Amino acid sequence: MKIRLDTIVKTFDTFRAVHGVSLEIESGELVALLGPSGSGKTTILRMVAGLEYPDEGAIFFGEENATDIEVRHRGVGFVFQHYALFPHMTIGENIAFGMKVSKTRRSTAEIAERVEELLRLVQLDGLKDRFPAQISGGQRQRVALARALAVDPKVLLLDEPFGALDANVRRDLRRWLRKIHEDLGITTLFVTHDQAEALDLADRVVILDKGRIVQAGTPEEVCRAPDNAFVMNFLGDANRLRATVTAGRASVNEILFDAAGVPDGPAELFFRPADVIWREEGAGIPAVILRVIDRPDSKRILAVTADGQHVEFDTAPEFPFRMQARGTLEILRPKVFAAST
Amino acid sequence: MPKAAISTNFTAAVDRRRNLWKTEAAAGHDVPRGFHPFAASPLTIDEGPALRPVTDRRMALARRAIQEIRGPALARRILPGLPLTLGITLVYVAVIVLLPLGALIFKAASLGPADYWTIVSSDRAVASYRVTMLCAAAATAFNLVFGMALAWVIVRYRFPGRRIVDALVDLPFALPTAVAGIALTTLFASNGWFGGALSALGLKVAYTPLGIIVAMAFTSLPFIVRTVQPVLEELDGALEEAAQTLGASDGEIFRKVLLPQLFPALLAGLSLSFARSLGEFGAIIFIAGNQPYETEITALLAFIRLEEYDYPASAAIASVMLMAAFLMLAITNILQTRALRYTVKG
Amino acid sequence: MATAPKPRNRRPPRIGEKPIFRNGLIAIVLVLVLLVIVAPLAIIGVQAFSKGAAFFAKSITDRDTAHAIWMTALTALIAVPINTVFGVAAAWAITKFDFPGRRLLLVVIEIPFSVSPIVAGVAYLFVYGLQGLFGDALQSADMKILFALPGIVLASLFVTAPFVARELIPLMQAQGRDLEEAATSLGASGWRTFFSVTLPNIKWALLYGVILCNARVMGEFGAVSVVSGNIRGQTNTLPLHIELLYHDYNAVGAFAAASILASLAIVTLIAKVALERRGAGRVRRPALAGPGLAGPTLETTEPGMSKP
Repeated sequence: MKIRLDTIVKTFDTFRAVHGVSLEIESGELVALLGPSGSGKTTILRMVAGLEYPDEGAIFFGEENATDIEVRHRGVGFVFQHYALFPHMTIGENIAFGMKVSKTRRSTAEIAERVEELLRLVQLDGLKDRFPAQISGGQRQRVALARALAVDPKVLLLDEPFGALDANVRRDLRRWLRKIHEDLGITTLFVTHDQAEALDLADRVVILDKGRIVQAGTPEEVCRAPDNAFVMNFLGDANRLRATVTAGRASVNEILFDAAGVPDGPAELFFRPADVIWREEGAGIPAVILRVIDRPDSKRILAVTADGQHVEFDTAPEFPFRMQARGTLEILRPKVFAAST
Repeated sequence: MPKAAISTNFTAAVDRRRNLWKTEAAAGHDVPRGFHPFAASPLTIDEGPALRPVTDRRMALARRAIQEIRGPALARRILPGLPLTLGITLVYVAVIVLLPLGALIFKAASLGPADYWTIVSSDRAVASYRVTMLCAAAATAFNLVFGMALAWVIVRYRFPGRRIVDALVDLPFALPTAVAGIALTTLFASNGWFGGALSALGLKVAYTPLGIIVAMAFTSLPFIVRTVQPVLEELDGALEEAAQTLGASDGEIFRKVLLPQLFPALLAGLSLSFARSLGEFGAIIFIAGNQPYETEITALLAFIRLEEYDYPASAAIASVMLMAAFLMLAITNILQTRALRYTVKG
Repeated sequence: MATAPKPRNRRPPRIGEKPIFRNGLIAIVLVLVLLVIVAPLAIIGVQAFSKGAAFFAKSITDRDTAHAIWMTALTALIAVPINTVFGVAAAWAITKFDFPGRRLLLVVIEIPFSVSPIVAGVAYLFVYGLQGLFGDALQSADMKILFALPGIVLASLFVTAPFVARELIPLMQAQGRDLEEAATSLGASGWRTFFSVTLPNIKWALLYGVILCNARVMGEFGAVSVVSGNIRGQTNTLPLHIELLYHDYNAVGAFAAASILASLAIVTLIAKVALERRGAGRVRRPALAGPGLAGPTLETTEPGMSKP
């Protein structure tokens, strides 16, 4: 089922949570809504589910305008951030709930069979008679997914699906969810504030800031060609140096970088900590090492440029230089954006 | 008091240690400090190495040592005041609560089984149990429905006067029972505001069992509201939303998702309300009519026996009420323990 | 734009928010509140003034009524402070220390909530009455406890025993012992620790318990009616005096006296709401919360302390 959002606006009291967001999600796609807290990502997800109504704009499921369809008739599967499992029902009863209240009558045997099938799918065979309080967080997450899948949703929506879990469980569940998505092919939209999670899992990442889409694209596109400083910063550690652009060339400490398409005037040059080569002498931005931090697989160097700007970069563990060493920085894969004022 | 001595000495030791460190610092001893913000956490910079271990590890060790010497019960005897406060508590509980109840049980027990049984199983006593329990059950049933609706309206809706309604719920507890008694009697008397209208319908409330039900319902109204209300407030809204996304209707969500979660609180409120009605006296005697076998509650029978100077009978009947109270207390506690079953967030 | 702009803050209805259901339920509940709660309160005022303000003034300044008011105030002046000291001591002992029998003590403190006031009165008779445990000793010492002020105070202490303790224990349990331990380790004495560390954190809850305790002491009828002897102008408290006037067919006088206690109830409710805004009366486990003025739940937040 293809989903289309057409210039959606949502305001809570005086706070405008979503400013005219338009978005298309192709049938069978797995899309991440990525952004910091307050960026409106959860509000968008809840509007797709019908748990909030947009003030303006429309939501289409396929060709059908779903904006005014009540949540209970919308046919979405929603996995809540804290799972919202019914605490007084067993795992089996939780999964069967949607089928029991459904208008399409199913026999008890049919429901039981489907519950078993879903439990196998989420790898929880044998936990049917436990209560939610008796299983682990990762298991609850999978029960919540099975419960959402039980009603054969047209769309699967997940709100911070791994937010409440430990790092290890998180990584395993991510890969597993990706596999389930590949097997079932349900159009899936999920919300996360964790860029690694979005990049790891999604076909396409939609990055939001203050209620607006700042970039949408495949993980490769948003990583390799960030549209703006916000995306550059949000996706990972980034260094920022002041620069001046003249005629498509950005100048930092007299060193020139390509800045095609950036208007003349003050600008900012961004680069990742891994994209630096340190030399004792030679062409590059002069700098002094302030501090060396050892990490298991690398060294993180904190340095300051001749004009007093701080830079952090990563080197191989064998990096021999110490505090106060002087040298130059060669910057690979720089990105230049007009200065944010 | 050796136990107190240990804790005092221990505190003194902590203080000495702290002072020692202060003197070292004052004398200009080199207290190691990070020279760069990245070098160490601020915690290490601010405290000297002399203080930190005392507050953390040694404190734990000292506690464990005390625990080993004194046994687990006294491991946390760091604070003063146990003998005084526990002494006051025990004396009060013994003199004010346990002594009279003990005297009552002693008096009732001194009757001997045969006499005791004759009194408590007399026709008039049994009739009073029946009246009391049936009326209490009816009053509780009314409060179950009204209390639940009241709690729902207060928690789920916003309307003018909501806060006043919320505050008024406690009126039956704040209003002295005798005052409630004369007010209800006047309302329901055949020339009263309600009594007139009801008698036109052929319904007589004052001086009938209905009057007892009215008085019981009034005095125990807040129990169900006040046990259900906080649970209703704390219910996770996501559960309702989850049920909605799964296609459930309002009625199904109420029956299958909300009610089961309110059920333990409802049961607890129910048993509290029923227990209170069994023991109520002040509000009832004005409105009940107090006819033996018809509208005489057990509490009144115990009181009448007392006024007749039939102390053994009074003791016996009061002891039955006491046992009923303990039984209800046990039931309430079991229900409340069971109410904890789902409290781990799902 | 596919659709026209819609009203702001529109959100899907939660359950029970369909206007017909919602408004109907609110209407039914409000009518019932008027009939069940407001009407009894209103009739007290109406009846009290049914023969005019002058008769009302004469009724409440009547010598016996004035004496009953004095007895009630005196009882409260003695019983409430004693109960407060007990409540604070019990809360301190139970929440700041672990000792064997702590759970049992919690249960015993709450017993008076479950016991009928009549049973309490009868029980006191068998301690201090002529045929009671101390009857002979008291008579030979010529000490009068029953049918006198001490008996009324004792019965009041019984029925209100849990009031202060049950407000403080859950709160102090939730606050833990860290602050007191820190104060003690800094060298503060026990009293100093209590007054400068503990009391500021519990003052609203303490006041809440004291106010509820006071309301119950002043309004207690059943237990006091057994032990006071109902001697007009001597051992009559206000609630007993109301009964007396009512049975003397002086209904207006009874309602005039009742209006004093009803005013006290309203003041208590207002104070209760004001204190609840400051957070008093709120620290309970949700499912176990007991009602405000009576009821046997005495709960703590420590899971291990749930009763057997």
